[in-house]
Amino acid sequence: MKTGKLPGIDRRAAVAAIAFAASGFAFAQQPSGPPIRIGSTLALTGPLSATAQIHKLVGEIYVEQLNKRGGLLGRPVEWVVKDDQSKPDLARTLYEQLVTADKVDLLMGPYATGAILSAMGVAQRYNKVLVHHTLGIPSLAKYDMQFPAWSIGSDPATTVPNTLFDALAASPKPPKTVAVVTSKFPSIQFMSAGAREVLKKRGLTEVLFLEWDFGNRDFGPIANRVKDAKPDFVWVGAIGLEGNLLLDAMKKIDYSPPLHFYLYPAPGPLLASPDAKNALSATIFEAQPPFTSNFGAAEFVKIYSERAAKAGFTDTSVETQAAASYTAWQILEAGVVGTQSLDDKAIGTYLKTHKVDTLQGKLRFDGTGNFGDDLMRIKQIQDGKWVVVWPKEVTSGGAKLLTP
Amino acid sequence: MNFTLPSLSLLSQSILSGIFVGALYGLMGLGLSLSWGLLRLINLAHFAFAFLAAYLCYQLSTMGMDPLLTLLVIVPAFFALGAGLHWVMVRFQVSPFNSLLLTFGLTGIAESVIQSIWTADFRKLESSYAEQKFKLGGLFVPVPELITLLLAVSLSFAVWAVLRYTDLGRAMRAAAQDAPVAAAFGVNQKALGLALAGTCAALASVAGVCLALSFTLAPSQMYAWIGVVFAAVMLGGLGSALGPLVAGTLIGISEAITMAVTAPSWAPIVSFTLLIVILVLRPGKTA
Repeated sequence: MKTGKLPGIDRRAAVAAIAFAASGFAFAQQPSGPPIRIGSTLALTGPLSATAQIHKLVGEIYVEQLNKRGGLLGRPVEWVVKDDQSKPDLARTLYEQLVTADKVDLLMGPYATGAILSAMGVAQRYNKVLVHHTLGIPSLAKYDMQFPAWSIGSDPATTVPNTLFDALAASPKPPKTVAVVTSKFPSIQFMSAGAREVLKKRGLTEVLFLEWDFGNRDFGPIANRVKDAKPDFVWVGAIGLEGNLLLDAMKKIDYSPPLHFYLYPAPGPLLASPDAKNALSATIFEAQPPFTSNFGAAEFVKIYSERAAKAGFTDTSVETQAAASYTAWQILEAGVVGTQSLDDKAIGTYLKTHKVDTLQGKLRFDGTGNFGDDLMRIKQIQDGKWVVVWPKEVTSGGAKLLTP
Repeated sequence: MNFTLPSLSLLSQSILSGIFVGALYGLMGLGLSLSWGLLRLINLAHFAFAFLAAYLCYQLSTMGMDPLLTLLVIVPAFFALGAGLHWVMVRFQVSPFNSLLLTFGLTGIAESVIQSIWTADFRKLESSYAEQKFKLGGLFVPVPELITLLLAVSLSFAVWAVLRYTDLGRAMRAAAQDAPVAAAFGVNQKALGLALAGTCAALASVAGVCLALSFTLAPSQMYAWIGVVFAAVMLGGLGSALGPLVAGTLIGISEAITMAVTAPSWAPIVSFTLLIVILVLRPGKTA
């Protein structure tokens, strides 16, 4: 060919077409050989099962996508998932079984701090890598081959409240007085204690501090105390529906807090509550730009929403839980692909020395307890949607924190 | 522990909250107290009945039925369920201690059934009552809690009146005191037992509907009520109709004041401390 050009196509387009065809061939390539078995437990029944269903769906989606891409090391991937019934002691037994009886090749972490710590003990005993989804207390992660997928940094009790109070300080009406009300749930309580330290260091006045036991029935008296204290801002150390319960109780006495933050709320129900107007929370991922530009995010958000709707989930959007879960699988895949092996020690060493491209951005595991940066962002309910309002570089379309 | 001096409005609103939640303790304890005192059966499944009724109320309400009208369906159904369970217990001659174990097992089964139907996720009954409240002086009075209070007071007094002034009530008390003598006087213990067990379960179902009106539901939360309701029953006296209401209200107010002056996490200690103090100071006046 004299010109070196395909008729009607320039060289760049030709190269792109060939590359696309080649990648398409690679995608279509079927994995072969004995499957690589990845074992984990999830709280498929019991009090944590509602959230664990998110992790189950994410795992199924990821393994499907992985096998469509050709599996791992050219072999298909099989996910062996057992029900730990929301019991950390059972999680420990099942992880023992996965390693010794099922002889899985790799481990994936369970959901919730208690079960993760149980699994970590087993992983340590057998020198297995453990990537986990949502460990709430980084200081408890002592094993050197555990890798957190929830990028909250090694000292979230200081960094997360600082991010929040930075956001509030930059708002049109920064608060001067703060009420801290909190659950005594382990991964919540230390964060609220951190918030108290941070607000004091920033010269804010704490007008109320209250704690309740996890499973508290009656939020009426707590609402009464908050109303009586007249704070500019309420830090609610709530998990799950506790935030909604407190808001319900506040409504009964005709009170709505001027500014309010919920640590780990059930995001769908809080969004649906008319009393949660302008409520703040923290997140590592929202299904909106710029987060959807991160590695694998756009495709995952689309698939997850469809599958979650089909599964009858009340909230079909990808946020912290689903994102951390997907990230965990991305980290494990990166370790195997990076080392081209299933050797746990090699994978562990690789992850400690390499950044991994994930849904949350590039993650590093070279900090204290293998934690990297705190990527928690501040989001707010605005016009019936969660929008990220801080820091500025990740806000949704330039959204700003709204104050009353 | 930090003590703070509450304002008058905080204290009065807290006491009102305490009365409301105490009324629910009393209503939940009413059937349990009758079962324990008059049938000599410690029925832990009472809590399972209450939660099952709460979920049924939630389900029927989401299908468009008024939550209070669901009582027309739920109460007869639970009467039959309670009577049926009692028939089984009598048939197999279950002792009081074994009734505790048996009904504990049933409670676990009921929790699993509820979880498999409605999942472990929280459920909140959205009804027209939930939004309603009015102001009385400086106090906010929520309508769902007021309904609970009215039901608890009226049912407790109704049961008290039946036990005290009717032949049926006298026969029940006589059978509980001395069954052979009562039988000699022509008291049909079997029929009375079935009726009483059915009534206890029906009372549990009313408490369940009140629970659904004011609280968010989760299957595992049924266990959170056991301790405090047991305390109300024991303080109120086994077999007493008004005792659980009075004791429940006392506990509710104590908890609310504790939460107003110290911390909410101290509140659960109150009911058990009260129970221990009264057991020590007034032995023989409770169970």
